[in-house]
Amino acid sequence: MKNGWEAVIGMEIHAQLSTETKIFCACPTSFGETPNSNTCPVCLGLPGALPVLNWRAVELGARAALALGLKINEVSIFARKNYFYPDLPKGYQISQYDKPFSSDGILTIMTAERDDQGRPIEWKPMTIRIVRLHLEEDAGKNVHEGLPEVDKFSYIDLNRAGTPLAEIVTAPDFRSSWQAYDYVNHVRRALQWVGASDADMEKGNLRCEANVSVRKIGETGFRPKVELKNLNSVRFMQKAIEYEINRQIEAYERGEEVVQETRLWDEKNNCTRVMRSKEEAHDYRYFPEPDLPPLIVSKEWIEKIKAEMPELPDAMRDRFIKDYGLSFADANQLVSEKSLAEFYEQTAKLSGSPRTSANFILSELLRELNNAGITVAESKITAEKMAELIKLRDEDKINNIQAKEVLAEMFRTGKSAHEVVKEKGFEQISDVATIEKLVEEVIEKNAKQVEDYRKGNQKIFGFFVGQVMKASQGKANPKVVNEVLKAKL
Amino acid sequence: MDVRKVAKLAHLEITEEEVAIYTPQMQKIVAYVEQLNELDTEKVEPAIGGLTPEGQATEAVRKEDKPHQTLGQDSAISQAPDAHAGYFRVPKVLS
Ligand SMILES: [Zn+2]
Repeated sequence: MKNGWEAVIGMEIHAQLSTETKIFCACPTSFGETPNSNTCPVCLGLPGALPVLNWRAVELGARAALALGLKINEVSIFARKNYFYPDLPKGYQISQYDKPFSSDGILTIMTAERDDQGRPIEWKPMTIRIVRLHLEEDAGKNVHEGLPEVDKFSYIDLNRAGTPLAEIVTAPDFRSSWQAYDYVNHVRRALQWVGASDADMEKGNLRCEANVSVRKIGETGFRPKVELKNLNSVRFMQKAIEYEINRQIEAYERGEEVVQETRLWDEKNNCTRVMRSKEEAHDYRYFPEPDLPPLIVSKEWIEKIKAEMPELPDAMRDRFIKDYGLSFADANQLVSEKSLAEFYEQTAKLSGSPRTSANFILSELLRELNNAGITVAESKITAEKMAELIKLRDEDKINNIQAKEVLAEMFRTGKSAHEVVKEKGFEQISDVATIEKLVEEVIEKNAKQVEDYRKGNQKIFGFFVGQVMKASQGKANPKVVNEVLKAKL
Repeated sequence: MDVRKVAKLAHLEITEEEVAIYTPQMQKIVAYVEQLNELDTEKVEPAIGGLTPEGQATEAVRKEDKPHQTLGQDSAISQAPDAHAGYFRVPKVLS
């Protein structure tokens, strides 16, 4: 960052909770249906329809809150946020305002300084304040693609209207675009980890907004902030924040002011631009939602949800380091996704070789997974099969190159390591009796060379090794061959 | 009482004559409600959620996260003033 300046960034994340049905009605939340087919009087905002809270949304919201270090409030209330927009049929969004479902979160994330290429240099912990996580309903969608006269009309699909969301708001605690980037990744993984949300930015079920301002180091107040929207991936978000920080610093240094406004990330031109919208004062006139009772949960219920929580990724990472002797980088990569972490732990336990398992999974398996664009849960390789392969390698029954080839084949076909090894004829012969037989045959056929060797020509030892290996079609374990040859000669 | 602001937020167009009529009317309504401020509520917990007795509140939820029959596209748009290809059609909104 430019000398003397610092960035002040706060994040707002909207995550779609993984329920089957909407938050205040029983319409399905399924994606990609015919327009307006997943609708009913409640989510269409028809007169007289009344909302009823979906308890599953509350449970998932609680899991999300606990995974992010928030405190669940025993009493919270829903409130109406009033504004006009065609995708909001009631003219208000049911959200939460002064009594949110959860608040006062303290979250420790790992964040890294990056080099010019965005590669992490060193990971460090950072503590941020999460102001609140509240429950609310999503709006519908404006659609334009493939429809006529889009310069005159907007087309509205209300299938998404009423989908449950958790809105997660941080204090302005981030000082760089990469910290914000690491935070969003942390949240995304946490939500997926506890099953609260698919948290897929590309599919739109995790959306983020960044509030960005800059100030001179030492200043305590805040300068006007710019709200960044249309951040369709974590990387775009990081770029948009970076661009915005520099734009603001340059404006101040030219003696200009920064206006409080909403800007969108322009993917094509790599810049932010002002959102065109009719000038409208944001005055949401929140008031308590009279159609819904307060949301009250008991201490016992909160304890029950806590007890059902899985081990969180950071705890698992630290345990991998401690119990399995992995490096921070390796352990951190293994907990990047829950199914991978679980796969690793099972493989490590079944094979009894946590280090080899980590190496193999992080190098070979991850490459196959990335090439195929799938997660380990979606692949044909199970932890049992992986452990079998690790054992074969550990016992030296196959070499490293063969192990890689076997894995690729297992990945493709779903066959077991033993099956592939057999098919490829990789199985090493380590059985001493079998090798002794081969050695005896070679000694018998090469009487002259044996005599030479026994007279002191040590150099031709390699010749015997070669002959035995040939006789075994390359399958004999060279270590055993050496030992047996030395004994017999 | 800024009647113009209220009208703007409600997307209502009102004339100067109407402002003159509504302003005293709305002042009266607000004054009526403001009588509540005369009560000493220092020791009273805020009532949230109207008539529902606290503690019973969470009973009024759907415990089942199972989809029910929806209206479907045809019924959903049947009352719309304008629709096209299964969408509600409205004047263009800028974004
Ligand atoms: Zn509905």
